[in-house]
Amino acid sequence: MADKVLMKGNEAIAEAAITAGCRFYFGYPITPQTEIAAYMAKRMPKIGGTFLQAESEIAAINMVYGVASAGKRVMTSSSSPGISLKGEGISYMAGSDLPGLIVNVQRGGPGLGGIQPSQSDYFQATRGGGHGDYHLIVLAPASVQEMADLTIKGFELADKYRMMAMILADGTMGQMMEPVSLDFDIKPEPEKPWATTGTQMKRPHNIINSLSLVPEELEEQNFKRYEKYAEIAKNETMYEEYMMDDAEIAIAAFGIAARVSKNAVNEARKKGIKAGLIRPITLWPFPKEPFMKAADHVKQFISVELSMGQMIEDVELAEQCRRPVTLCNRAGGMIPSPEMVLAAIEEAAKNGGAL
Amino acid sequence: MSTTQFLFAGFGGQGILFAGKFTAYKGLIDNKHVSWLPSYGPEMRGGTANCSVIVSDDPVGSPIVTHPDVLVAMNLPSLDRYEDAVVPGGTIFVDSTLIERKVKRTDVTVKYIPATQLASENGLTTLANMIIMGSILQATGGYNEESVNAALAKVVSARHQDLLEFNKKALDIGAKY
Repeated sequence: MADKVLMKGNEAIAEAAITAGCRFYFGYPITPQTEIAAYMAKRMPKIGGTFLQAESEIAAINMVYGVASAGKRVMTSSSSPGISLKGEGISYMAGSDLPGLIVNVQRGGPGLGGIQPSQSDYFQATRGGGHGDYHLIVLAPASVQEMADLTIKGFELADKYRMMAMILADGTMGQMMEPVSLDFDIKPEPEKPWATTGTQMKRPHNIINSLSLVPEELEEQNFKRYEKYAEIAKNETMYEEYMMDDAEIAIAAFGIAARVSKNAVNEARKKGIKAGLIRPITLWPFPKEPFMKAADHVKQFISVELSMGQMIEDVELAEQCRRPVTLCNRAGGMIPSPEMVLAAIEEAAKNGGAL
Repeated sequence: MSTTQFLFAGFGGQGILFAGKFTAYKGLIDNKHVSWLPSYGPEMRGGTANCSVIVSDDPVGSPIVTHPDVLVAMNLPSLDRYEDAVVPGGTIFVDSTLIERKVKRTDVTVKYIPATQLASENGLTTLANMIIMGSILQATGGYNEESVNAALAKVVSARHQDLLEFNKKALDIGAKY
């Protein structure tokens, strides 16, 4: 592992974004993601990029809108309350079919909440977050390496489908350091013939706009967008399965909750309990297939979350309520311990999966 | 296959995060899987600091250390808070200049090092952390000069490379204590 460097998750996101060709970053400081802005502030001026600390989160997302309209790779980052502020701009970008990367290093809420790790923005992220019918591609890293890898993936998917991608991390992922390889294979950026780059008197005007007053036309735009979403669900869903082949108790967890759960699964296996883990990597599109498949042999699912239970609804939908799903959770900035998850597994095993 | 979970705890300014970073870098250089997770936010701003470091032959699961194999306590509140969390058979390193009481546990190994005093006697005022680090390396058989130097070069920032020798001296004092 000598070719790896130790980096904070936040720094890994920033470095990966730069490697992916992002030369525009707009943000406003908020714990626990400020290292992203600090890293960008240091690096962007040296490589001819733009770092701008905006006067507010709302200003920052609208600057993202502008650069995205001009066809360049652009990102912003924040933490939970700041993402809410960006909600309007995110919805406008969705309505204008603009690509870009948004990073949410979540903290406990609601309101200003606290600054410790949380996953309670799951609903906001996976359902869009702002008004109107739309989705973001939501990527959930569970290691510093994935913070980097999924940042690059996020830019690629955003450009490919002309929509926004979001990295949904949490305070632990942002603050922890792990070895990371920065040796990336970057695909060339696709052409963006729709971008507003000046006509040079050679083509009609490109128009970027989310206002559409004719309902028939607006409906048609929504239909087309959802056809695209269906294609993404078919082609881009990502997940990891751990010890699932013969599992009778299956944990569903993403991000830091999946890391904690892996320890618990290992301990359960030592005790002879056939436990396994399904870790969604894309939260939208949600990986339904592994849950449907697992319901054939799993007696009970346990959704482990740093929230009051949000992903649990997608787990139930994915396996169509064929098996019971229970919740093992902490909230408000607290993290479930491996012992707590193990106890939930043992409880499920004792009850034979029958609630 | 072995895993060592470290918890470093003390006041802000004692180099708690730095000692953790050094441990993680040394693990990386020794071809181990590592993670480093700091406390952040109001806790840190209020003056106390701690960090979890895991060094393992296997990929690291949860990066959060709740039951350390090795606890480094550099002030009394840290020892009070984490003494009971140490795994039976684990080791506690105590800065005995700043912590007057003894460890109550009888099922752990304890190393008392007057690190703050040793640091000030040797003109290394800010390096009590690395004196304890030297003792840890000695106790865990990790005092391999090559990887120690390589880890130091990584963790001491470029503009402070002049401090490398002081860090080495501190490690040496700790290892010999």
